[in-house]
Amino acid sequence: MSEDFTDDYEDGNALAGPLGELFAVDVTTAIGRCAGCGRSGRVAELRVYSHAPGLVARCPGCDRVMMRLVRGPDAAWLDLRGTVSLRVALPG
Amino acid sequence: MARTALPGRLSTRLTWRVATLAEFHDETATARTLRLDVPGWPGHLPGQHVDVRLTDEDGYSTQRSYSLAAPADGDRIELTVQRLPDGEVSGYLADTYAVGDPIEIRGPVGGWFVWRPPDPAPVLLVAGGSGIVPLMAMIRSRRQAGSRVPFRLVYSVRTPADQFYAAELRRSARADGGLDVAVVYTRSAPDGWARPAGRITAADLEALGWPASFEPTCYVCGPTGFVEAAAGALVDLGHDPRRIRTERFGPST
Ligand SMILES: Cc1cc2nc3c(=O)[nH]c(=O)nc-3n(C[C@H](O)[C@H](O)[C@H](O)COP(=O)(O)OP(=O)(O)OC[C@H]3O[C@@H](n4cnc5c(N)ncnc54)[C@H](O)[C@@H]3O)c2cc1C
Ligand SMILES: [Zn+2]
Repeated sequence: MSEDFTDDYEDGNALAGPLGELFAVDVTTAIGRCAGCGRSGRVAELRVYSHAPGLVARCPGCDRVMMRLVRGPDAAWLDLRGTVSLRVALPG
Repeated sequence: MARTALPGRLSTRLTWRVATLAEFHDETATARTLRLDVPGWPGHLPGQHVDVRLTDEDGYSTQRSYSLAAPADGDRIELTVQRLPDGEVSGYLADTYAVGDPIEIRGPVGGWFVWRPPDPAPVLLVAGGSGIVPLMAMIRSRRQAGSRVPFRLVYSVRTPADQFYAAELRRSARADGGLDVAVVYTRSAPDGWARPAGRITAADLEALGWPASFEPTCYVCGPTGFVEAAAGALVDLGHDPRRIRTERFGPST
């Protein structure tokens, strides 16, 4: 399916399970900074397209790809080229 | 050991576990509430969801997300699934899945679209169709906690017959102090209903929601197109985008 339909996405909340397979903290509440426009926001607020190969998360500010997650049978690939940084709250 | 209300894991990686259908009831002609037994369920916060995985005999597997509809009750969790036309997973869960059958579940997950009972800020809940599910978990948790935090629910449905949890919400509006429930019909309203049937507008949210100056936390959930429209209207009404949390359920059908 194409990513042209504005209706055709979910938000970063939907990444909670797939990222929870990789990380022990909830990455959806982390604050990510976009390499395209510099916008900072919660990973939960990204636009997630699940019809591409894997999951593609785009910046709601400039629409550039911030994260791409592909799950294979025995490995996962997480491409973070579009993300400058992730701030993860770690109390204590 | 006492169950904690922590969202999920402490240190282990999230993995799939087997859940079994304990009981179900039909919510509407096209939606079914499932009560599942999940041994060792760690508890969850209202607004969190699970991923459900189905696997065929030939090994093909597919997964979807479903919100938790109620606060945790030991090893019992509750989901409400809206059957979509030609929907692969929703069709199975709402029609075929039978008592005693296993499915795989991963969760609870999602730490952003959650309401925590000690939070004193007023809350505006805006639901479109099945988007009521995680918001109902918040309403039920508020009741369970004996909270008096002001809650308003604006619930958009096609017709009266499409309303989930209808009897409980009617009761709640009287019995749960500080909970207002307003229903907006998009296709056909009950006879004598003052508001003509039609899509939710900024004017509805202005009339039925909290003024932006009250600084409510807004939770908006439903099909993607509905969430776009409702969250956009809230911003236009002056609500701070940082206090608007959204959960998009995917394509509007
Ligand atoms: C965080 C989160 C929480 C959610 N919580 C809930 C919940 O509590 N309750 C709930 O009911 N849903 C919930 N959803 C939505 C749910 O995850 C599923 O997306 C939904 O049940 C549809 O899945 P499906 O397999 O039945 O449909 P799919 O098979 O994925 O199809 C979806 C729709 O697209 C159409 N379609 C599919 N393939 C095609 C095609 N090739 N060409 C044309 N049309 C097509 C189908 O007709 C169908 O109507 C949630 C989603 C998220 C992200
Ligand atoms: Zn950007």
